[in-house]
Amino acid sequence: MSRDDIFEKIQEVLDDALGVDEDEVTPDASLTADLGAESIDFLDIVFRLEKTFDFKISQGELFPENLTENEEWVADGKLTDNGLEMLRGRMTHVDFGAYGEGDLEVSKIGDLITVNSLVNFVEIKLAG
Amino acid sequence: MRWLWIDCIIKYDADKQLVAIKNVSLSEYYLHDHIIGGKPIMPFSLMIEGMAQTAGILVGSVNKFKEKVILAKIAKATLDSDVTAGDTVRFEASIDNIDESGAATCGFIDRRVAGGDAWERVGRVDLLFSHIDKNMAGTEFPEHNFVFSDNFKMILDTAGLASLAE
Repeated sequence: MSRDDIFEKIQEVLDDALGVDEDEVTPDASLTADLGAESIDFLDIVFRLEKTFDFKISQGELFPENLTENEEWVADGKLTDNGLEMLRGRMTHVDFGAYGEGDLEVSKIGDLITVNSLVNFVEIKLAG
Repeated sequence: MRWLWIDCIIKYDADKQLVAIKNVSLSEYYLHDHIIGGKPIMPFSLMIEGMAQTAGILVGSVNKFKEKVILAKIAKATLDSDVTAGDTVRFEASIDNIDESGAATCGFIDRRVAGGDAWERVGRVDLLFSHIDKNMAGTEFPEHNFVFSDNFKMILDTAGLASLAE
């Protein structure tokens, strides 16, 4: 499946899950900041991606969960170097840019998950 | 105490489908406050709640009612015809997807008008449920399962499904 095909299907998924128009679903649109996704919408999106692309997604695979429970990863509500390294390794579909220790608040991680991140994720999953 | 919006479970297919009915009665006072065009009409919000209870029992039964299953999102809700006193409503819920975080269900609403025999499809309600103990990290909830109270057990007992909660 081409990247364009994946993108088109993700447009439909987000249209159904978030009630947004397809033209709002641009590659750089952030799921939370631009498309208004809330935490429960992520579960909805996971279920719809599984159905659309016929693969299983483990809990925490697409979106990070329970980060704050680990002091090694989060201090004062912000990601540590170890936390960022862990996320960069585990979530290769997300662009974490040039963030360093203490630059990124946990509550802002959702903003980094863009439509492009979802396309990357699906592409990686389909490649097996 | 929970207010039940289904009267009886009429079909249970483990982990897949649950069907329940509700008889709409003029003795229910809310109908008197919801008159449209001179007729008492069952509010759609209560029909959605009926579907949520039907689908919620189905989702809860998958893990023997150990999970706290909370309605998290109404993914889709359409209703094409009104339901009034004397009608019977049938809620048909199926599991679309379920994992440790929660479940997505697909539901159809059928209506049998007073005195009639035939069922007519009048609505669709798709829902998303959360297993809150698995999703609300750091939030503490009571140990006991406050979602599935004695009322729900009564419904299971009536349908001969009490063993599901054991």
